Amino acid sequence: MIEFKLPALGSDMDEGTLLEWKVGVGDTVRKGQVVAIVDTSKAAVDIESWQEGTVHSLIAEPGQKMPVGTVMATLLEAGEAAPARVGAGDTAPAPAPAPAAAAAPAPRRMISPAARKHAEEKGIDLDRVTGSGPHGAVTLDDVERAVAGAPVTPVAAELPAAALEQGKPIDRTADMRRTIAAAMSRSKREIPHYYVAEDIPLAKALAWLQAANAARPMPERLLPAALLLKGVAMALQRYPELNGYWRDGEFQAAQAIHLGVAISLRQGGLIAPALLDAGSKTLTQLMQELTDLVKRTRAASLRSSEMSQATVTVTNLGDQGAQAVFGVITPPQVALVGFGRVAERPWAENGGLKVLPVVTASLAADHRVSDGHRGALFLRELNDLLQRPEELEK
Amino acid sequence: MSRKISYRAAMREAMHEALANDPRVFLMGEDVGRYGGTYAFSKGFLDEFGPERIRDTPLSELGFVGAGIGAALGGMRPIVEVMTVNFSLLALDQIVNTAAALRHMSGGQFSVPLVIRMTTGAGRQLAAQHSHSLEGWYAHIPGIKVLAPATIEDARGMLAPALDDPDPVVIFEHAGLFNLEGELPDDWSADISSARVRRAGKDVVIITHGGSLPKALAAAQALAEQGVEAEVLDLRVLRPLDGASIMASVARCRRAVVVDEGWKSGSLAAEVVARIMENAFYELDAPVVRVCSEEVPIPYAKHLEEAALPQADKIVAAVKGLFA
Repeated sequence: MIEFKLPALGSDMDEGTLLEWKVGVGDTVRKGQVVAIVDTSKAAVDIESWQEGTVHSLIAEPGQKMPVGTVMATLLEAGEAAPARVGAGDTAPAPAPAPAAAAAPAPRRMISPAARKHAEEKGIDLDRVTGSGPHGAVTLDDVERAVAGAPVTPVAAELPAAALEQGKPIDRTADMRRTIAAAMSRSKREIPHYYVAEDIPLAKALAWLQAANAARPMPERLLPAALLLKGVAMALQRYPELNGYWRDGEFQAAQAIHLGVAISLRQGGLIAPALLDAGSKTLTQLMQELTDLVKRTRAASLRSSEMSQATVTVTNLGDQGAQAVFGVITPPQVALVGFGRVAERPWAENGGLKVLPVVTASLAADHRVSDGHRGALFLRELNDLLQRPEELEK
Repeated sequence: MSRKISYRAAMREAMHEALANDPRVFLMGEDVGRYGGTYAFSKGFLDEFGPERIRDTPLSELGFVGAGIGAALGGMRPIVEVMTVNFSLLALDQIVNTAAALRHMSGGQFSVPLVIRMTTGAGRQLAAQHSHSLEGWYAHIPGIKVLAPATIEDARGMLAPALDDPDPVVIFEHAGLFNLEGELPDDWSADISSARVRRAGKDVVIITHGGSLPKALAAAQALAEQGVEAEVLDLRVLRPLDGASIMASVARCRRAVVVDEGWKSGSLAAEVVARIMENAFYELDAPVVRVCSEEVPIPYAKHLEEAALPQADKIVAAVKGLFA
């Protein structure tokens, strides 16, 4: 008897959800044959068998979430007879498949009674709510956030469940598209955006960065992005009306500056998790955290606090980007700072013309909270800070 | 116009008023007369009201509590003072088997309008025979009311309704509160039926009574500085418990911490938690936790005594454990 166990599909996977069996009891299985589709935290993955045999029983049921190593099915080796039922005569038929409960059950998620009740009333699918309580418990606040944030509308929540019933894998890309669609529609529906932009020469900043990096080992080198983020955080300290939330018809300034960093995902779509308390961190810290954040975002292993706490968003198009970006604010935030591609451009200064690396910084801000004049001053402040890069280090 | 007064003076004033206004009221207990009361609650009363009404008793709790029950049955309104709750165990037979049961056993023919006051609680290095908090034991008994005045107003206001009550009322006065000073408002009248919110909040409710109230308020203040708005609910009446107020606070705050100087096992805190589970389970956003005394006889040594009791920092830590 061969036990077919849920394999680990990467070092960060510790559980998976069976979406669909591709074989039935009695089927012959070849080496390398896809026998099941399992949903991991990242994607739906085809699972192959590396042994040959005949399917004896399918233990796991579609929809069941289980830890890595759980016996999902048993196969009979070539020539192996189906085992007789324990204690029965030799005329006993092949045993019924063991009930799903025989597999190691996934630990029950911790969901507070108040959260469960509220989710039921609001039609929120708790499987899609991240817990922020002790030990990751889902609390009432988490459900209220899910209700407030457009992403988890009942309709959106029902779709994957329906797909699961039909044995179809969840369309993760479509899900993310729906989430972005809801949030951005709400933003453009509710937030009167204004936009200002400023070209910022980066010659000094990049020269300083090059000098600073010369003394650093490769893994610790600073990227221009870290400098830009630090500049934004420091400039925001002087313009608190750009950092916070519009809630219940009024602006609530945030105490700390949690920079939401828009990170695009390889499979499409984007997430903007937060660099917490960016204003009070050194450049080195910020760089390390940014690297870590990008890595974990792409591995879909973000912490709930990072997902929910951004007080302002920064989008940085980077080398592949366009010259400038005018972003859409993430509600309930009130501002978004954008950076285009850093590129050499002709630069007029003191009656002469030079060629310098320049970036176009833009601000999209909520006109209910701030006015264009203040927004422009914020960008000027950012410009000034980036001309004194040594002061951004601390 | 409110005026500044101590808990001790408020209680003394309440007794003085009762003695002056109602000839059926008299005070009886160890050292209440010539010595002026172990805690000086009745200083000067002997001279003012005479030995008939301010009666020193032998060191026999069983005897003088029984005499108080007899006097109450005979139409008097006795205030019996027991030096500490530890000593009251000698009188448990009178209180539980007689005072609490007589109305029931006489088919309603007899009532026992008796008030028993006793000191409870630790914190004064009086060791394991003078420091325990056994309010929860009394709160277990049907037929009596159990009060825990924790504020100046309640020290001043709870005695009168207790004396008016047709059934036995046991009042627990925490020794740690006696020197508490505060403003007594003009209207200090108090009921003996309801719990009261002493500090409003929305993130967690700290449910407590008696000597733990100031600690709970200090914890709430510390928590406020850390961004957690804690409500503080003073139970005031330990039997019958005001379930409606408890559930209202739990529904408002979603998280609850019960602070009780009694021991955890089989405690009043356990009763409060059980009632929350029975009545407000679906309102909860976190498990209900308790801060109680360590399960040891209260130690004599100061540092050990402090470590054994609920303290503001323990309450803060318990509250923070409810948030990630």
